Parts: sequence; C-alpha cells; structure tokens
Amino acid sequence: MYKIILGCLVLGLNISNVTGQKYFTKTGHITFFSDTPIEKIEGHNKSSNCVLDLATGKLEFGTLIKGFQFEKALMQEHFNENYMESNKFPKATFKGQISDFNKIDVSKNGKIPVKVTGDLTIHGVTKKVATDAILTVVNGKIETNANFNILVADYGISIPALVKDQIAKSVKIKVNATLEPFKS
Amino acid sequence: MRIFSLLSVFLLTFSSFVSAQEDDLLSLLGEEETTDYTNASFKTNRVINLHSLENTAEGVLDFKISHRFNPVNNGFYDIFGLDGANIRFGLDYGLSDVITIGVGRSSLQKTYDGFVKYKFLRQSTGKKTMPLTAALLLTSSINTLRWENPDRENYFSSRLAYTTQLILGGKFSESFSLQLSPTMVHRNLVKTNAEKNDVYALGVGSRLKLSKRVAINGEYIYVLPDQLSPELYHSLSVGLDVETGGHVFQLHFSNSQSMVERGFITETSGQWNSALDGVRFGFNISRVFTLKRKKLD
Repeated sequence: MYKIILGCLVLGLNISNVTGQKYFTKTGHITFFSDTPIEKIEGHNKSSNCVLDLATGKLEFGTLIKGFQFEKALMQEHFNENYMESNKFPKATFKGQISDFNKIDVSKNGKIPVKVTGDLTIHGVTKKVATDAILTVVNGKIETNANFNILVADYGISIPALVKDQIAKSVKIKVNATLEPFKS
Repeated sequence: MRIFSLLSVFLLTFSSFVSAQEDDLLSLLGEEETTDYTNASFKTNRVINLHSLENTAEGVLDFKISHRFNPVNNGFYDIFGLDGANIRFGLDYGLSDVITIGVGRSSLQKTYDGFVKYKFLRQSTGKKTMPLTAALLLTSSINTLRWENPDRENYFSSRLAYTTQLILGGKFSESFSLQLSPTMVHRNLVKTNAEKNDVYALGVGSRLKLSKRVAINGEYIYVLPDQLSPELYHSLSVGLDVETGGHVFQLHFSNSQSMVERGFITETSGQWNSALDGVRFGFNISRVFTLKRKKLD
C-alpha cells in the first residue's frame, strides 16, 4: 500500500514537473527592421528575457530599449532620444498565449507551428498582436521563432515629415529565443 | 491511509493550480541591474564655441562648417554683418567612444587648430552610478599670418597657443544639461606686458531642450581679472540647436569672432551692451559620416 502511494506520489510529482515546467532565456534575440528605399535601419537586442509556461501556454517577453544596438551611433541616439524615449519608457513587453497549447508535445524533437496572441507594450502603449510562430524542440530546449509587423503610429511614435522617407511606417519584428528549463 | 493519499493528491493538484495562476512570468527571472550611461547631453560635441560634454562616437567623422559674420551693428549697409565672415572648417573623429581628435582651419588669423578630448568619467545610473561626466580637452592653435615685421627676428613658437580644459557636467533632466569648463590658455607670445601668457578662465555652458529636435544653448566664459587688456570682454553666446536627422544646425549670437579657444577666451573684443558693439550672428553646421560601422548580426 505504502509503495503504491509512494509510487503515485513520485509519478504525480514527475507529471507535475513535466507539465508545469517553465522554460526561459535571458539572451533572446529581438531584431527590428525599418526598410525604405533610402535607408535601411536595423536594431538588435540580444539580452531579452523570455519565459514560457508549458502548463498554460503563457509566453512573455521583456526587453530593455537601451539594449538595442545599431550599426550607426546616431541611429541609436535618435532611436532612444527621439522615437522610443527610452528614459521614460525603458522596457517593451509582450504578454501572450499560445493557442491550442494542449496539442503540443514538447518531449520529442521537431518543429511545431503555433499561433500566439497577446499584448505588446512599446513606448507605453499596449496593443493586441497575433502572429504565427514556430517552436522547435531540440534536445530538451525550445527554440522560438516569429516574424510580425507593427505600425509605428500605433504605438504613439511620430515620424517628422523631414525624415518620413527614411523611416518605414511598418517595421518588421523578428524574435529568436532558445529557452531552457527553468530551475527555481 | 486513504485520507493521507487523498491529501497528497489534493496537495499536488493545489500546488500545480498555484503555479498555473502565476500571472507575471517575467518576474521569475528577476530584475538584472544594468549600467545605464547617459547619452546626448548636448546635440553635438560643441555647446557653441566651447567643447561640450559629448564626444564623437567611435568610427564617426563629424564635418563642421562654421561661420561668424561681421558685427550686427554694422547695420543695413553690411546687411547686419552678413557681408563678411570668419569661416572655420573642421573634422572631428571618434577614435573610440571616449577619445575624440579633431583638426580645423579658420580664416581669422589663418589659424590651424587641433585637439584631443578624453572622456574619463561617464555619467551613469543603475549598477554603476556616476553623477557627472568629466573630460579632459587639450587644444593647440597656430596662427599662420605673414609676420607683421619680417625684418626683426621672428620665432615659429610665437605663433602657438595651447589650451588645457576640464569639462565637468551632466544631463540633469531630460531637457536640462549643464557643464563647467575650468580652462587655462597658454599663449607663447602676447601683445603687451599687461597681458598674461597664462590665462585662467571658467566657462559655463548649458542646454535647454524645447522639443525633441530643438534646444536653446548658452555659454559664458569668465576670465579671472587682471590677465587681459581692458578693451577685451568675456565671451557670451546664446543660440538654437536644430537637429534634422544627419545634421545639427547651431544658430547663435556671440560677441566672439574666433572659434578657437585662444581666440574666444582671450581675444573677445565685442560686448553685449545696448549698442551690441561687435555682437555677431553665426552658425555651426555639423554633418556626421559613419566611417566604421558597428558589427551586428
């Protein structure tokens, strides 16, 4: 009897460990691209935080605006000073949910296409976004990849007439993060 | 026995229920403290004539075209001074984010100048907190006019002047920056016995942002008494910075004609009196070129 209970307990713990496990990274790579015929601008942030809860399918990203790197120093200065106002709004976050999460089996290696919806907060403005994403399971790690576009104007960022040909109205966001099991 | 197993099942479900209720996943990772360096205290590396706290970023070339026109009180005949100008062309380059070098040529006294600027403290908050930015500026200038009196014995060294300046200050709010620039100008040759070869001065420069792309700048240079001849004045300049993407336009009024330290600190002849004797309109245009791009992937 004891053995059975003990077995149940161990099994129960194991199950809760697998299904309730969280995956995370602190080195998620987020890139944005603004492409116009006159100027191509890209910003890279390689220290974004991300947590995925396998029990619920909740997915969250957090990234510091000042952590974006550009190939030109002036772009970086203008990005922080004139557009993102990173002193006032130091962080961008995404709080979302993977839909139909129950169908996902992360115990085997492979690619799993998913849909993610959630709230994206940039420059103090929160908007709903929805995107297709791909989860790739590789030896116990989960790589997440997504591409989507957002409108700069949606987030209260105005582009002055003088530089309207240099900055795209719709910028592409690319997310790539490899998540590892979280041990608390 | 049964109660015990029920209890354990209950506990297990409860614990997984609790963990599923967590609504801020990111807080699990905690806040990692980073050092946040203050940027863009001024729009360019000059306040007006004075060097500002800012450096030219690594790999960036800053081409400057600056004019100081004739005195405004020359009146309409001289179209308020616009008929004539002292012109300086300059090139500043960022060897690293903290070391800038530069050269320039002014039409006034056919002067060549060069400088090295080293930022040894950077204002920052977060993990590493530093209330001020501090930089050391060394400049020199060579006047290359033909000798006034070629018959006497003239020395090349007489043409030279050197400036040592400390720049201390910071960006104290999003729109307000302030700096102090204690300065020593050494002139190898001065005109009269009454003038000192070493001149001590204290510059003050400030920036007030009016919008994201427009700011008011002002600077004043106090020269300690009994060092210059009495017909010379302290340099005072006020102006606007307008940023348009790759360019910064600085438009201003100043009682100094020269754009090199020796000139605007120790040879300012204009004065801010009611007649605006010798006050001039001028501008600096700064255009940056990124010669070395940061590697990204």
